[in-house]
Amino acid sequence: MDSIHNDLNAPHSMGTTIIGVTYDGGVVLGADSRTSTGMYVANRASDKITQLTDNVYICRSGSAADSQVLSDYVRYYLHQHTIQLGQPATVKVAANLVRMVSYNNKNMLQTGLIVGGWDKYEGGKIYGIPLGGTLLEQPFTIGGSGSSYLYGFFDQVWKEGMTQDEAEKLVVKAVSLAIARDGASGGVVRTVTINKDGVLRKFYPGNTLPLWHEELEAKDSLLDSLSAASPEPMVS
Amino acid sequence: MSRFEESAPARGGFSYDLCKRNEMLMQKGLKPSSYLKTGTTIVGLVFQDGVILGADTRATEGPIVADKNCEKIHYMAPNIYCCGAGTAADTEAVTDMVSSQLKLHRFHTGRESRVVTALTLLKSHLFSYQGHVSAALVLGGVDVTGPHLHTIYPHGSTDTLPFATMGSGSLAAMAIFESKYREGLTRDEGVKLVAEAICSGIFNDLGSGSNVDVCVITKGKREYLRNYMLPNPRTYVSEKGYSFSKKTEVLLTKITPLRELVEVIEGGDAMEE
Repeated sequence: MDSIHNDLNAPHSMGTTIIGVTYDGGVVLGADSRTSTGMYVANRASDKITQLTDNVYICRSGSAADSQVLSDYVRYYLHQHTIQLGQPATVKVAANLVRMVSYNNKNMLQTGLIVGGWDKYEGGKIYGIPLGGTLLEQPFTIGGSGSSYLYGFFDQVWKEGMTQDEAEKLVVKAVSLAIARDGASGGVVRTVTINKDGVLRKFYPGNTLPLWHEELEAKDSLLDSLSAASPEPMVS
Repeated sequence: MSRFEESAPARGGFSYDLCKRNEMLMQKGLKPSSYLKTGTTIVGLVFQDGVILGADTRATEGPIVADKNCEKIHYMAPNIYCCGAGTAADTEAVTDMVSSQLKLHRFHTGRESRVVTALTLLKSHLFSYQGHVSAALVLGGVDVTGPHLHTIYPHGSTDTLPFATMGSGSLAAMAIFESKYREGLTRDEGVKLVAEAICSGIFNDLGSGSNVDVCVITKGKREYLRNYMLPNPRTYVSEKGYSFSKKTEVLLTKITPLRELVEVIEGGDAMEE
């Protein structure tokens, strides 16, 4: 019993599965929604994809506190930078700011991040910034504890120049596969699509996700009453 | 790039010198002093007109109930209240501190405080102490932008939720919320649900107990319902009564009057320096 109580005071970490992929015309960022303290799910509907600027978003994993504070700092720096520059910040600048804070405080921070966005110079770009503060520009990247289960999947399925629809479907499928296998990932799947036309947020509740090997259909669950109310993914 | 180092949480902002001394003393056999913890069940939910906060009233010191009727719903601003779980001193101090900061901010801006302001002040304070300030909070209030409910963890992370529970009784209370919460509750339904969730914590968690406090915050009005429910009345009262006969014996009575000390002032005005 004690270990459960200790766990409630454990640092809030996001087990997590986070994904960023580029497609022809922009990027798609995806994440699960589970935040855990030890073995207890503290928030089953958290939003791990945070806005840095109008055109750049960041996926957070690892320590919830560290990643929230880091993104708050970078949002503040980017806001100042945008005012000084007179035009929207590029994804490269945003990613570099995240990297600087992450690298210079590597002893105290424990957070892996994916920065993704669209700007008029380079188009859609994804940057991975794992623990330690490396900066890597990649066509797609995965992070968090659930990503271990996706490396093979992406090696098989990834291709350059996908359409927006293909990219979104890929991200949702990947996150739901990771949720099926990783205990620290769960809840709903959130995606953010960024292109020249702007930002589109989508939300896929658990009952709209496909079932995988040996997963059972929900029967007599609260979801039945919920799905009757809103079966479509909510688009903001 | 040194600018980033300055702005990041300061290295060595917390001095650990005394920890070595404490370790040495513990090795020599000194028992560390126990501190007052609020075992606690605290909850909050958003209903159609605002937010409702709830808390139990037991404060524990290890296995002993130190306070049977403490107040865990702290005032932050006229439109913002905060429930606190964890070390009682930490929750009390951090909520008092941020409450003062909010008041100064109100004077500065001339506006009603916003819940996100309180949230940012609390989270940055707790983050800079890296979890050593053991305060887990449920912050709720109604401001110009609408009703808000947030949870804040000791390490400084926050969540924004329609319903939330914290403390050792959070699992019991969350079970009630997960089965009965829905959007657009009325005030009476909301208060009933909050009281039910706190009772669940009181009866199923050893660290929570005694009475239920509820606070309803709506636009322009707040109702602090102290001891809204008293589900744990004192059941046994001795028939013999509680007068304790004197067991002391008078040996000697001597009254020594106090001598008045008269100060003699050598001329001049007594008030002169």
